[in-house]
Amino acid sequence: MDDLAQFKQTFFAECEELLGDLEGHLMALQSGEGDNNTLNAVFRAIHSIKGGAGAFGFDRLVNFAHIFETVLDLMRDGRLEPTPDSVLLVLHCADILSDLVKAAQNGTELPAEHENEGRKSLIDLAATVGVNADPHAADDELAALDAQLAAGGPDALAEAAPEPAAAPAAASEPAAPAPTAAAEPAKAPLLKYLVKFTPRDALYQRANEPLILIRELKELGGFLAKADAEAVPALDQIQPEGAYIKWEFEIETDKGEQAIRDVFEFVIDDCQLEVACLNPPAAAPAAAEAAPAETKAETPAAAAPPKPAAPAAKAEAKPAGDGAATAKPAAAAAAKPEGAGGEAKTVRSIRVDLDRVDKLVNMVGELVITHAMIAQQTEHLHADQHPELANGLAELSHHIRDLQESVMAMRAQPVKSVFARLPRLVRELAMMTNKKIRLDMSGENTEIDKTVIEQLGDPLTHMIRNSCDHGIESPDDRVAVGKSPEGVIHVSADQRGGRIVIEITDDGRGINRDKVMKKAIEKKLIAPDAVLSNEEIDNLIFLPGFSTADTVSNISGRGVGMDVVRQNIQSLGGRVHIQSRPGQGSSFILTLPLTLAVLDGMVLKVGIQSYILPLANIVESLRPEPDQINVVANQSELLRIRGEYVPLVYLHRIFKVPGGIDDPTKALVIIVELEDSSKMGLVVDEIIGQQQVVIKSLEENFDPIRGVGAATILGNGRVSLILDVAGIKHIAENETQQRPSPQARLAAPALQASA
Amino acid sequence: MASAERPTGSGTGSTDHAGRSLRTVQLVSFTVGNEEYGVDIMAVREIRAWSETTPLPNTPEVVRGVINMRGAIVPIFDLRARFGMPRTEPTKYNVVIIVSVASRIVGILVDAVSDIITINEDEIRPMPNMEQVSGLGFMEGLITVGERMVGLIGLERMFSGRMLEAADSAGGKMLPGPSESTGAAA
Repeated sequence: MDDLAQFKQTFFAECEELLGDLEGHLMALQSGEGDNNTLNAVFRAIHSIKGGAGAFGFDRLVNFAHIFETVLDLMRDGRLEPTPDSVLLVLHCADILSDLVKAAQNGTELPAEHENEGRKSLIDLAATVGVNADPHAADDELAALDAQLAAGGPDALAEAAPEPAAAPAAASEPAAPAPTAAAEPAKAPLLKYLVKFTPRDALYQRANEPLILIRELKELGGFLAKADAEAVPALDQIQPEGAYIKWEFEIETDKGEQAIRDVFEFVIDDCQLEVACLNPPAAAPAAAEAAPAETKAETPAAAAPPKPAAPAAKAEAKPAGDGAATAKPAAAAAAKPEGAGGEAKTVRSIRVDLDRVDKLVNMVGELVITHAMIAQQTEHLHADQHPELANGLAELSHHIRDLQESVMAMRAQPVKSVFARLPRLVRELAMMTNKKIRLDMSGENTEIDKTVIEQLGDPLTHMIRNSCDHGIESPDDRVAVGKSPEGVIHVSADQRGGRIVIEITDDGRGINRDKVMKKAIEKKLIAPDAVLSNEEIDNLIFLPGFSTADTVSNISGRGVGMDVVRQNIQSLGGRVHIQSRPGQGSSFILTLPLTLAVLDGMVLKVGIQSYILPLANIVESLRPEPDQINVVANQSELLRIRGEYVPLVYLHRIFKVPGGIDDPTKALVIIVELEDSSKMGLVVDEIIGQQQVVIKSLEENFDPIRGVGAATILGNGRVSLILDVAGIKHIAENETQQRPSPQARLAAPALQASA
Repeated sequence: MASAERPTGSGTGSTDHAGRSLRTVQLVSFTVGNEEYGVDIMAVREIRAWSETTPLPNTPEVVRGVINMRGAIVPIFDLRARFGMPRTEPTKYNVVIIVSVASRIVGILVDAVSDIITINEDEIRPMPNMEQVSGLGFMEGLITVGERMVGLIGLERMFSGRMLEAADSAGGKMLPGPSESTGAAA
């Protein structure tokens, strides 16, 4: 049913988040910063995944997570010392777990041996402290799962899970465990506890499943369950999600009261729980807190199989089945590890479909345009004569801006979510290449638009692969050149101006420029006699079909890598380049726009056209004095400003716009700064004003145009182009080589009058 | 101009006695100079009057620029220039036919829309194999309507791949000035 598919989707979305968090905690563990809280967090994440997986019948996932969980539990109890080896094992198993989640999501089957090794290592590790982590060691895997999941009752949840039938099955389950559980004979004469468990409605509403708790409780030891179904109302008054049944359990266990309480850890806020020790050892006054213990003490252990409970509970199951529409989500949503909300830090949040946010973003965009339109229409009205109108418009402008920021913030996410995949990647690559690589990350909390985040994963992966494979040397080679055997890759994110800058720096061998040149000539990517600067050579690696790897490995070297990276980044409105210092390493530097929707721009007039220049690029604007302008080699004009020389670029020449002012002392020079911190003086006719504009893609219906980043719609409904200064610089650089002298003016002076 | 939206019912088929498929095709025909051309009506999204475009820098003459069509940025191509003739000097009587081609929306500037033609598929004659028409790979065939000849334009062929390349291949002259590096931004 679609309902179920939807819940599955939610489950996998949450798995992704949980695995992301997990990776963060594991990093802390690995670096030795982890403490018991970290272990707890890891444990909770695995537990949540297991819980959800169980509800959907992802048996292998459940089974593996269970064993994993057992080992983590031993670690947080301090029974297993977290040694470097065991931490490594945990990291490895987290990778396996994430593979299993992915396999479950895609509906693919991984080969059985995929997790067997990790599984075995976990079981062995647990065995060192005498714990059998594998609940069904004797059985083969499938049987084990059947046993585990079918233990609850006749309607096994596991088999039915993918079908809508799961709903009634799950609903009827609260009744089921009672008889089964009662059959369990008491064995170990250890400590006997009486547990009174009274769920509140909220417990079911948050899609918790008492049966899972009861099963878990049963694992602790000898067990007797009693269900009290007296409160179950008549059939026609039953609320499908109501809590009517309460339970009493007698447990004999050596694991202590805390173990019992831990079972209820995630539902503690939604139920009434009393745990009392029936035969406390003299030293432990545990019973003190459980007042009504004595009243139940005489309950005979063998007696009272809850006969009346069964039919009553059946009755509850029935309407639940009939009213499947309401009951089903509740049952199916058991996947949602909402129970984990019992964590100390509560983040108040709701899940919203991205489409809705996007719609909102679009609407705000249209609002900005409409506002501009009204503002333009009322421009000729005197503010003195219509003070209310002017005030109202100013107010509206503020509100729209606030609204827009809020909406954009909704789409912004910390880059952490992409960075979280990297440690595993580096681990695996290090293993495959027999290198020692450490990954450092910083600025993970830098926020960036979700669309950018989503499309950042692949290019980032490619670049990391490249750094691991080509950049970092083998430990021996590193020692030979006097470096530490362990290579370091540093990934950082940072907001600079209106853009996000991500840098991936390795301390490897850097780019072998001779080799790159040779390869590029060999592949006919450049002319054999081309003279390139070092930087130009380095950036050849972004050309399509370029690859220097002598052997094609499955890590990198197929020649489809860096050009795809560049394409991906460019399609996001970003740029990527590489800086390399031979012998010391390379840095990929990636700049991305903060948002893909709106920018603050300056409206410029050039000849008969107007353009938008992103405000983030602008340093200052001025009308230069004649003596500030210097000509170099009769070619380039430089503007001297405060001891600095800035090349002048005439926008009307670059874009072949008729009618632009050709004399900078009569025009306006806007000093713009590029991402590489170089400056350029853009000569335009005049500045019309500052405006917030909505970015519209030009590429949706057309091809990219150099010098134009995107388009927007102005208040008059006309399209205006948003300038891309890096592209303009590129055109300018290529043109200075062609233009004989700056005196050969291109624009017809006659047209200047019309400007 | 009026008449927006796509009419349905085009391309409905019937079968003759021999069981041969007789698919009918509806075309919107228009004029460029004295010539008449047609495009599949199913591709036509809207027909509108010429409005001033925002020129795109360093693009071939064929590209008239972009317009705002209810919030979308739509490029307009000058069909006359595409045929190797001088650019159209548009007046308010010129017409832009908005078509969707391969998930993109583009406009083509023509002189006037003349007719809606319904024909059977087998009435489309292949282009004669002449040397002069080698640069007109986008022509899908010829149709005779009464005494008129209508050239059927294959939009997919005309706008396949990169648009600037497609425009370049028409041999259309570039705007004055050096023309390098426009489309090669990848």
